[in-house]
Amino acid sequence: MKNIFAVAGVVIKELYRRKDFYVLFIVTVLICLVMASVNVFNDAKVARYLKEICLLLVWMSSLVIAVTTTARQIPAEKENRTLLPLLAKPISRPELIFGKFFGCWFACGLTLLVFYVFFGMLSATKEHEWPLLDYLQAAVMHWFLLGIIVAMSLLGSLVFAAPSSNSTICFVIIGGILFVGRHLDQVAASMHEPLRTVVNTLYYIVPHMEFYDLRDLIIHNWPVLEWKYILLALLYAAAYMLVFLTGACLVFRRKAVN
Amino acid sequence: MSVILKTEKLRVEFRNRESRQGTKVALQGLDLEVRSGEVFGFLGPNGAGKTTTMNVLLGFIPPTGGAASLFGIDVRQPIARQRIGYLPEMTYYYKFLTAEELLRFYGKIFGLTRAEMDVRIPQLLKLVELEHAAKRPIKSYSKGMQQRAGLAQALINNPDLLILDEPTSGLDPLGRMKVREIIQRLKDEGKTVFFSSHEMGEVETVCDRVAIINLGELKAIGTVAEVTGTHSNLEKAFLEVIGYKPQPLATI
Repeated sequence: MKNIFAVAGVVIKELYRRKDFYVLFIVTVLICLVMASVNVFNDAKVARYLKEICLLLVWMSSLVIAVTTTARQIPAEKENRTLLPLLAKPISRPELIFGKFFGCWFACGLTLLVFYVFFGMLSATKEHEWPLLDYLQAAVMHWFLLGIIVAMSLLGSLVFAAPSSNSTICFVIIGGILFVGRHLDQVAASMHEPLRTVVNTLYYIVPHMEFYDLRDLIIHNWPVLEWKYILLALLYAAAYMLVFLTGACLVFRRKAVN
Repeated sequence: MSVILKTEKLRVEFRNRESRQGTKVALQGLDLEVRSGEVFGFLGPNGAGKTTTMNVLLGFIPPTGGAASLFGIDVRQPIARQRIGYLPEMTYYYKFLTAEELLRFYGKIFGLTRAEMDVRIPQLLKLVELEHAAKRPIKSYSKGMQQRAGLAQALINNPDLLILDEPTSGLDPLGRMKVREIIQRLKDEGKTVFFSSHEMGEVETVCDRVAIINLGELKAIGTVAEVTGTHSNLEKAFLEVIGYKPQPLATI
């Protein structure tokens, strides 16, 4: 475990020494503050539009940070050849993969924390209330979604050599799953065999990322979900993370790194 | 003296990237033994298979055939690398880290405690004369400083075996002398050093034994005196072993 945490620590250090996060955070803050200063509906109490925009920006920023940070990890190590002195140490390749995963995932968690605190403050200035449990559920689900995305991007980074191609493919897949994934069963129903079985199988195989989108919950101040459902969703996410990470370990196991 | 680095009939083949057909043999049945406490020079022209051998020893590439072990442990197991230090030919380190952070990171991987690192890291930074730059990011270092940081990371675990891939390549005379001094000091401490180099004078000065490979095959092995034989120096012996025949000027 010490090797995993050592690698994760360097990944987190890299993230906060780079400018990506700060740029995205500042852009989000500026857009939200400008929106907050305009009374769009002539009613100072209406804050839902602001919350929706802020959460959309938080979601987009977190996806960009998760995919771009993860996609460059192993390819950049290969390109800069930092992988050589690292693998010359008593560290196994699965430890390196898990270290990279936890580093990226924890780094995403830290950025989410900053984003959600900002969102909470912005929302509180308008609504004068702070539904902490709602925020906690939404943030935890969001973080686990990022876990799936980080694990998937890590596997992609071992299959596709260039970080840019991996990032593009990951964004397309994530976008596809988020927008189309939930409707695949309906699409399958209108198809003939054998395509119906293929699309139906796809529906059950792809991780259903829409489960983790609790934005409506906090935009409309709906009551919190039962924790047993949250727990089930987290287990579902953990299973997908494990599948992607096992795939990454298998791909990386005997790969030449010279 | 016990054997701490051993290769037996080591064979490495690569898929031919240029023609995309067939394979290219990088090592063909290499047998090598390095004994405890010796400084061993690993020589050969460019493309001879020196770096490939090191890559196999460090577990970067799997051998196609044969076996390689460090301290009697198969090189494919990470624990085989617990007692070694490695300095690559070029400096490849996380540029956003400071030298101190880099050493601390590698120290953690070797399982050093915080207290051990608090003692070891300042000693190493002093040894490689980087105490003044310990808190600066590596990206701000000159090439010589980066190479010295590399040497410090190779020594973080107080290794029994050091594998150095052309450690003086690209360094100025002062930097080369510094590296030679450190190798000599390690030898005096009873450490084993396995290094590749193109600097024959350097090899003659510091090595106990040398091996010469060419086209993936071992061509000569023995003490510097044995390999030099009747030639006036190691360089001339090296050129003969690899089959170099000077062309008359008129044919060039």
